[in-house]
Amino acid sequence: MCGIVGLFLKNQRLRPELGGLLGTMLTTLSERGPDSAGFAVYGEARPDRIKLTLRAGADTDFDAIAAEIGSQLGEDVSICRRDTHAVLSVPAARAAEVRAELGRIAPDITIVGMGRRMELYKEVGLPDEVAKRFALAGMVGTHAIGHTRMATESAVTTDGAHPYSTGADQCLVHNGSLSNHNALRRELQRDGIGFATENDTEVAAGYLTWRLRQGMHLGAALENALEDLDGFYTFVVGTESGFGVLRDPIACKPAVMAEAGDYVAFGTEYRALADLPGIEHARVFEPEPAKVYFWDLRQ
Amino acid sequence: MSLRANARDFDLASGTVRELNAALHQLDPSTSHYWRVLNPKGRHSIAAGLDVDATVEIEGNVGYYCAGMNKRATVLIKGNAGVGVAENMMSGLVHVQGDASQSAGATANGGLLVIDGSASARCGISLKGADIVVKGSIGHMSAFMAQAGALVVLGDAGEALGDSIYEAKLFVRGKVQSLGADCVEKKLKDKHRKKLHALLQKAGIAGQVDIEEFRRYGSARRLYHFHVDNASAY
Repeated sequence: MCGIVGLFLKNQRLRPELGGLLGTMLTTLSERGPDSAGFAVYGEARPDRIKLTLRAGADTDFDAIAAEIGSQLGEDVSICRRDTHAVLSVPAARAAEVRAELGRIAPDITIVGMGRRMELYKEVGLPDEVAKRFALAGMVGTHAIGHTRMATESAVTTDGAHPYSTGADQCLVHNGSLSNHNALRRELQRDGIGFATENDTEVAAGYLTWRLRQGMHLGAALENALEDLDGFYTFVVGTESGFGVLRDPIACKPAVMAEAGDYVAFGTEYRALADLPGIEHARVFEPEPAKVYFWDLRQ
Repeated sequence: MSLRANARDFDLASGTVRELNAALHQLDPSTSHYWRVLNPKGRHSIAAGLDVDATVEIEGNVGYYCAGMNKRATVLIKGNAGVGVAENMMSGLVHVQGDASQSAGATANGGLLVIDGSASARCGISLKGADIVVKGSIGHMSAFMAQAGALVVLGDAGEALGDSIYEAKLFVRGKVQSLGADCVEKKLKDKHRKKLHALLQKAGIAGQVDIEEFRRYGSARRLYHFHVDNASAY
């Protein structure tokens, strides 16, 4: 099972509604994934700044951590907390030092994603509850992807929830199950890719990270995934400027897309798209198997 | 009683699919009915399990298993259909005005499924006697293990058409990407032309396409029973 949603806005006027629209899409797919939910939202980038999305226990004093890092580095560091997550905004040039500092002063904190624009949130629970905890409805941006999980390959934990970060401003959600993830994980580990869980999707994310580190473009990395990943998958990949879609060659998992004048939307089922504005005039189609699709703001 | 007298609109914005289907299942079987379903919004199992002389028009896109197990009724979908439209249909007519997702007409025993657009993978999988006419193209693994009935495609067919097919008849006008195990092209004889014409007529498009443009595919009948010499083909 599992449900995936994605929304890429072509019309700037819809940007303030991005979170609200994605939240409705996500909640509609609760039946496909009641165990956990997550989403990545691509919001405003600030010049020369980078965002780190952090996750920690409910009693974590994120403000104190941000203040400590700010004073250690002598830089302006801001933080915006949402439930168990917080987005730390730091000077891009000093991101590596911030990460090292975080490891020193707050080793229990997980960095779930980083990038100029991407913020990434995920938690265990019904999608509607997860969306409310993080106040998704108020989020603004150009595009976003989300996932509702029905666990099959590993435990119901926050680490097992999607999206998975695959690099700066890049993340992955997955519907399906990979059958060669254990062998592939061992190979990737030998090449220095780290894994936090036994989850199959984390291996797919790690695989893309590994390919990108080799200098491949995301499109080429996805083409290679067709050769190297065995199993069932529909992937949606978020990037700084858009999103990509890839289905396995036998199209085991469902997928529907809609292209309208104002947006491109992805849903595991059409139901997820049914409440989008103007959907009745959109071109609704099923993405073909083994074909990489991309929508990009820069095109 | 006239058709109009038994006409009714059912709005899925206010009622549930379960209520709709329960009402359709309780219709008087001795007369005919005309229903319109509003705001389907991709919901699953709309108008499934009908066994009555009814025409049901659905005003928009539907989700999975629409008109599944249909008997006698005519179901018109004014939009796209999700997975398994008209699966296991027994009789009647299901007409999709848009595209259909995977496994359209799966295991259908009788009746006619017409798809104005294209159908994706596994169209007519395990077909057992129904007729399917697709005006666009079909995806991979269509007519897999199809036992009886016919699949007519005006456009192209994807990979592995008719894999492990039994006695279903396949007519494709466009390109076939590849044939599945034990599926072969067969000669289009007069009796097949006649059958194809009848199928196109049932779908309301006889005369609109040239029958000579179609090619016929069916079973080579090598895989009906396991034979060790054929092991590599399984």
